[in-house]
Amino acid sequence: MEALSSLIAGFGVLSDPMNIMYMFVGITLGVLIGVLPGLGGANGVAILLPLTFSMSPTSAIIMLSCIYWGALFGGAITSILFNIPGEPWSVATTFDGYPMAQQGRAGEALTAAFTSSFIGAFFAVVILTFLAPIVADFALAFGPAELFAVQLLTFCSFVGMGKEPPMKTIASMMFGFALAAVGQDPTTGQLRMTFGWYELLRGFDFLIAVIGLFGIGEILLTMEEGLAFRGKVAKISPTIVLQTWAKLPKFWMTSLRGAIVGCWMGITPGGATPASFMSYGLAKRFSKNGDKFGRGELEGIVAPETAAHAAGTSALLPMLTLGIPGSPTAAVLLGGLLIWGLQPGPMLFIEQPDFVWGLIASMYLGNIAGLIVVLTTVPLFAAILRIPFSIIAPVIIAICAIGAFTVHNALLDTSFMLIFGIIGYAFKKLDYPLAPLVLALVLGDMAESNFRNAMILSDGDVSIFWSNGLVGGICALSILMLFWPAISIGLRVLRSKMHRQPAE
Amino acid sequence: MQQQEESGKRLVSTWTADIVVAAIMAFIGGIVMMDSVRLGMGWSEYGPESGYFPFYIGLAITGTSLCTIAITVFSRSRDGGTFVERQQFADVLKVLVPSAIFVIAIGFIGIYVSAALFIGAFMRWLGRFPWYLIAIVSLTVPFALFLLFEIWFLVPLPKGPLEDFLGY
Repeated sequence: MEALSSLIAGFGVLSDPMNIMYMFVGITLGVLIGVLPGLGGANGVAILLPLTFSMSPTSAIIMLSCIYWGALFGGAITSILFNIPGEPWSVATTFDGYPMAQQGRAGEALTAAFTSSFIGAFFAVVILTFLAPIVADFALAFGPAELFAVQLLTFCSFVGMGKEPPMKTIASMMFGFALAAVGQDPTTGQLRMTFGWYELLRGFDFLIAVIGLFGIGEILLTMEEGLAFRGKVAKISPTIVLQTWAKLPKFWMTSLRGAIVGCWMGITPGGATPASFMSYGLAKRFSKNGDKFGRGELEGIVAPETAAHAAGTSALLPMLTLGIPGSPTAAVLLGGLLIWGLQPGPMLFIEQPDFVWGLIASMYLGNIAGLIVVLTTVPLFAAILRIPFSIIAPVIIAICAIGAFTVHNALLDTSFMLIFGIIGYAFKKLDYPLAPLVLALVLGDMAESNFRNAMILSDGDVSIFWSNGLVGGICALSILMLFWPAISIGLRVLRSKMHRQPAE
Repeated sequence: MQQQEESGKRLVSTWTADIVVAAIMAFIGGIVMMDSVRLGMGWSEYGPESGYFPFYIGLAITGTSLCTIAITVFSRSRDGGTFVERQQFADVLKVLVPSAIFVIAIGFIGIYVSAALFIGAFMRWLGRFPWYLIAIVSLTVPFALFLLFEIWFLVPLPKGPLEDFLGY
């Protein structure tokens, strides 16, 4: 019950009224970011990160993580009212959300979405509260080989669990590692891949990449689709909210399944998007009304929203305890920690208990605040979406440019941002996943130095990666993940042969 | 061929784009490997040299990209779909070209003036909004950004001759 007393201390940190204010500011900004095309959790936090340099790290992380929760909530608004997923993880919400809005049940759909999001997040925070200290304790004993193995597992999971072609996943990931290597070698101080170009000394900052890939790339894609925002009207009244709440307990099994799937996919970096699809698919299969899914079924909103929020929230668990972010937004938050001078990982729980438990406590309150904010302000945010794209697009591009500039006060970074935008556009259209690229760019230096330190320890002997049960187990799991696409093809071939045999 | 004519506005097919992008990636992997060899990818008395880790990264990029090319070339369906249509590409350029000009202009006239011009031009060209609306939006947004960054958060952004003239 040590976690409980730490949590109570965490709520003490929140009693500062300024922190409560930052929380509400964060949530509101987050919903706005989630609603606007081209701004999402990851690049929204990246753009606002430089503004927090002057704040105390605790206040800053509270505000930034609340932006993240807000963005998670905001994605549902555009999905349901406009049939446009504001965020990739709310794609599955459009399947039943938009038909409901067409039938005039938008209020009901929104209430269900927000409430399920809240339940998913709450479930994940409870898991995180009790699991994080245990994982952190466990991770204290990790050496460089173990750390590299965990990072290897992270990256191999992308290959094993992603829907994208494995070759493209690996290429995208390795491209991130290559970009991370540009600049000064952290161990020897030698310059790598700068080709005599002085400006490249700094290397490529992942914040620039995030702003370009997700921000500019998204604007280009939206422009190409030639979107005209024609949405349904949202009316949420307390009666609708209460009526919907009365219906929700029926779907407790779907919620629980969604929350578990979400937590699993968030901790292992499967991410919120696959989690929401998986949960939707499971609900469709197991529900009595499964065949009605896609035509406006309340359960079809509950399933993906619970999972997406649970995944988004639990993605912070590996970030805090191991220093490995479970999602691009968590990666940006991790970058923030490094900039504020905090080293993420197990030591954080010992050295900065105020920070860690303040953050965890703020997740509880932030999600309650989020639920209140979104339920009361939906019409306002829906109105923002009616602003024509030709006004929103240049404003967002200007804000992205400012965000890219402020990271290092370097003008060249804004040009890099545009180039990353083009890369993001091409990669998205060709099915190259962006999340592994961003994570590799963030973790590149760390993974490399862990690998090199492990090599130095073992004098260049690769067998250090199976020298004990723990590191060997993680490595074996990684290799299984890496070859999972090939294994699953093999299994399918085997199974079809088995099926054919009885017929003969 | 018939299909080609039906979607006659196609500019680049996914098939071509896949190969071009993979070829570029393979080339980048090659550069990474070359530079790693220059730095030394072996073992020195202090442990692994600077090129030790990146070399394999480069190798993986080139290897997987070549696989992607092979998979694409030998895939049975050559007609994998449209990467971009002519009209779509024109729309994308309509955003990209002004954005590039905007980014370049920041260095000369500062971020606030260029943002105002960029937003104004964009609204006029693509949105065909009336002038008064353009004036309101394109002046309010940079001014609000100015207040937010320079005054409240004390983050200096690039400024140009106008700000000098106004004495800020």
